[in-house]
Amino acid sequence: MSLRDEPPLTIRKLLVANRGEIAVRIIRSAREMGMRTIQVYSDADADMPAVSMADEAVNIGPPQAARSYLNREALVEAAGATGADAVHPGYGFLAEDAEFADAVESAGLRFVGPSAETIRQMGDKARARTLALQAGVPTVPGSTGTIDSVEAGLAIAGEIGFPVMIKAAGGGGGRGIRVALNPAEFSHQAPQARAEARAAFGDDSLYIEKVIGNANHIEVQILGDGERAIHFFERECSLQRRRQKLWEEAPSVNLPQEVRVDLCASAVKLAESVGYRGAGTVEFLCDKQAGDYYFIEMNTRIQVEHPVTEMVTGFDLVREMLSIAAGRPLEISQRDVVTKGHSIEVRLNAEDPARNFLPSPGVVESLNVPNGPGVRFDGAIYPGYTIPPFYDSLLGKLIVWDSDREAALARLARALDEFELEGVSTTRSLFQALVDNEDIRSGQFDTHWLEKWLQQAYPQAAAL
Amino acid sequence: MSKVSIVSPLPGTFYRRPSPDEPPYKDVHDEVTEGDVIGLIEVMKSFHEVKADAAGKISAFLVENEEAVMAGQALVELDE
Repeated sequence: MSLRDEPPLTIRKLLVANRGEIAVRIIRSAREMGMRTIQVYSDADADMPAVSMADEAVNIGPPQAARSYLNREALVEAAGATGADAVHPGYGFLAEDAEFADAVESAGLRFVGPSAETIRQMGDKARARTLALQAGVPTVPGSTGTIDSVEAGLAIAGEIGFPVMIKAAGGGGGRGIRVALNPAEFSHQAPQARAEARAAFGDDSLYIEKVIGNANHIEVQILGDGERAIHFFERECSLQRRRQKLWEEAPSVNLPQEVRVDLCASAVKLAESVGYRGAGTVEFLCDKQAGDYYFIEMNTRIQVEHPVTEMVTGFDLVREMLSIAAGRPLEISQRDVVTKGHSIEVRLNAEDPARNFLPSPGVVESLNVPNGPGVRFDGAIYPGYTIPPFYDSLLGKLIVWDSDREAALARLARALDEFELEGVSTTRSLFQALVDNEDIRSGQFDTHWLEKWLQQAYPQAAAL
Repeated sequence: MSKVSIVSPLPGTFYRRPSPDEPPYKDVHDEVTEGDVIGLIEVMKSFHEVKADAAGKISAFLVENEEAVMAGQALVELDE
């Protein structure tokens, strides 16, 4: 190919195929890089901050996500009509949709993320397990690939020992998972799991993993340019409710240094083995007593909790994604990535923790956003803004940084006190209780801790 | 015979079926009693059942399946 046929190593116009805080986040980096930005929006989102921040905005359809933010044709058409040369999918919606990545690239545009082939490989969670094994990355004991029958599954479960998880290969992100405590439960649940997987993911293949007790969910941020990959150390994401993260930290207080080194090296090995391009996250379960770690899945997108990594390493991950998408090689070397201090992020959702996290859409009547040293708020709300009921409940992420974890906790407490929002319920009070909790302060928590604590903290909520 | 309506308790998206593969909870001309589920509202990616707070016979659905609704919007009309 002659040089003239190479696309320019620059993106002039970027279409943001997402909404809410991540759309704002992407626009900020794009603008700093001199790109023009095009924001898409549904009929319910004309007033969202990203629409007024972007250079151009394009309506892509009705409020329901299936008819707007999940409408591949409408998005590709918007990109074509506005002369965009790249599309950033953010997280959620079509961020890990191989068909969308294909459609964007077939239209002659750059998809800010890995190749459709990588998305397909990692999106099939059973195949991802096999790839991890091949790259020498420890995986949770379980089936090799998918299971053909209940009997085959039972045999594997018997070998690895109960309890086991029955997981949908098309699932991921905590969806499509059932736990069987014994063979009888397994025989009962496997056919149901198959039917559910078919309905939810259009793919009824299942795989099996042993339940790892007392584990921490620790994930490694990586960046790759298709050949070389580097890591940005780990995030501790064990504080979850219904497998959805609410509080994330970097670094992890639950990871011995020698395990950290292996874990991060494993993530890089896996990324390089698939020729990974862009930002990605390799998720692990870690047994801190035994010092063991196991690969669970790889997410082929920028994640909600990426800011804690940015705070401790000083890099702008979205900028790096855009640079790689423009065709430039990774310019950071592994030894340039060092962490400093400690960062914590909490997800301020429009939900009422006292009422079983009942969603609370509505009008933001008043708002005070925390500020000051070491405080960052990635949000997409303003006084008078109406939070639509059609999308997820994330209002904004409050992120703090300080020289060590104890100082970061004190700073988080201060910032939470400064945060005020009237008009809808938020998860602020939950975090105010957690920041003073002795187990949290001493790092004594695992992936089950938060749900157990919630039952005690809000005993009446379960009855609602 | 008087008409009453069942309203949406929440804003969101209205669904007449428990899942795309299943039949609707209720059809026009069906009898409903208090507490019967007549549909789902999806709000912020979580699903909430809409229960009838009156008894009667359904004379009309005022909202299409998968249509966006406001809190307090009438979904179903009943002949008491």
